[in-house]
Amino acid sequence: MQDFGDAFGLAFGLILGGDPDLAEIVGLSLRVTLIAVALSCAIGFPLGAATAIMRFPGRQGVVVAMNALMGLPPVVVGLLVYMLLSNAGPLGVLQLLYTPTAMIIAQCVLVTPIVAALTRQTVEDLAGEYDEQLRSLGVGVSGQAATLLWDARFSLLTTALAGFGRAIAEVGAVITVGGNIDHVTRVMTTAIAVETSKGNLGLALALGIILILLAMAVNGLAMTLRSQWMGRVYG
Amino acid sequence: MVDLSLRLGVVAAGPQPILPLAASHLTYATASGTWVGPVDLTIGQTGATVVLGPNGAGKSILLRLLHGLLEPTTGSVSWNGRPLDRDTRRRQAMVFQDPVVLRRSVAANLRYALRIHGFRGAALRDQVDEWLCRAGLTQLARRPATVLSGGEKQRLAVARALCGRPEVLFLDEPGANLDGASIIAIEDLLRAARDGGTKLILVTHDLNQARRIADDVVFMVAGKAKERAPASQFFDAPATDEARAFIDGRIVL
Repeated sequence: MQDFGDAFGLAFGLILGGDPDLAEIVGLSLRVTLIAVALSCAIGFPLGAATAIMRFPGRQGVVVAMNALMGLPPVVVGLLVYMLLSNAGPLGVLQLLYTPTAMIIAQCVLVTPIVAALTRQTVEDLAGEYDEQLRSLGVGVSGQAATLLWDARFSLLTTALAGFGRAIAEVGAVITVGGNIDHVTRVMTTAIAVETSKGNLGLALALGIILILLAMAVNGLAMTLRSQWMGRVYG
Repeated sequence: MVDLSLRLGVVAAGPQPILPLAASHLTYATASGTWVGPVDLTIGQTGATVVLGPNGAGKSILLRLLHGLLEPTTGSVSWNGRPLDRDTRRRQAMVFQDPVVLRRSVAANLRYALRIHGFRGAALRDQVDEWLCRAGLTQLARRPATVLSGGEKQRLAVARALCGRPEVLFLDEPGANLDGASIIAIEDLLRAARDGGTKLILVTHDLNQARRIADDVVFMVAGKAKERAPASQFFDAPATDEARAFIDGRIVL
């Protein structure tokens, strides 16, 4: 219990002390994760909507694959992205390994199936309600997808937050492709892993607490914006 | 400003009418049975055609087949001799028994339909205001459509269907489960549309509503069109035993 008390004290000391190293790590964590989640939403929303409303041979297989990929092991994703970006890999020429960009790519690969699968389910439920009305109005497939995504936007914010939660808490993929280089690719989770391995359990726990607080703050901010948005839309 | 068509000596022709609507040997069947047909039917350009019949007669399925929401198992539907195409689709509309409202404000529901029909800018705003007024929904313009009462939702659905000035409006039991005032409000909108040249094709099992609205009646039993007659003739002197039994309030199986 003493360790937990010390960890909380240390965590709040780090936050209130405005530690520049901590600020850098937190900033990079947020930057990498928010960009990765934004990219995942840009890919996953239309992909999920298309899978929800289009009927094509093998659709059920795509849905099963999409759902299964939600459980992608981060280390495996890290390994695959590592092989793609390493000097010997097909994208090695880009020299992205051990950069924040590599970490963004890895998180994007990890989060996109989650966003796509949850979007597919959300949009499919709404499409069941809207289908005849939209067809009656003569709305084409792309118009239907856009309408359904827009009308499901408040639910899809929760989907994006699920992706954010997965990405911000992930360590296996980012440590493999980022390398946890101090002042370059060190993020919250990799810093926790390093401090734990060095035996600095108090500092690791403090960083963990800050990570949790960060995730809660982002969720709280998103939910506040959502209710204000709904209020503005509906007056 | 001189109209270009006049300067060129061209007579500006309006779009081809989409009516009459003809169903030819139309059937709809699933693994569990044949629900409609065969039905042969021609629906003319004006007035209100009411498809009447007991529950389970296949009226709603027939309406969806005519509107193009269901593919017939056999037979075909033609619009002035042509199959349904994108242009014909845009010139008709449908109101469902359970009104589907988009998860947006009341005004945004109307805006959505009007945009599909090409309205933009000031014309769009004017049309939204006009249809809110016609449907008696001005005070509810910014309210989420999903929280409206059943009658308000149906008024919104009717206004949204009519705002594109369709040449044909299909209605599937538009007064089901609504109170008297809501039914009157909806029927006022429908009468105004009919008087403005919109063809109404309405499904109902409500004899009173049929009497109020119908110019002609298609009477259906067990998936088949048993009788087709002008409304006065159908109600005063039905030609079939089934129609007589239905009008007398006896159940027709």
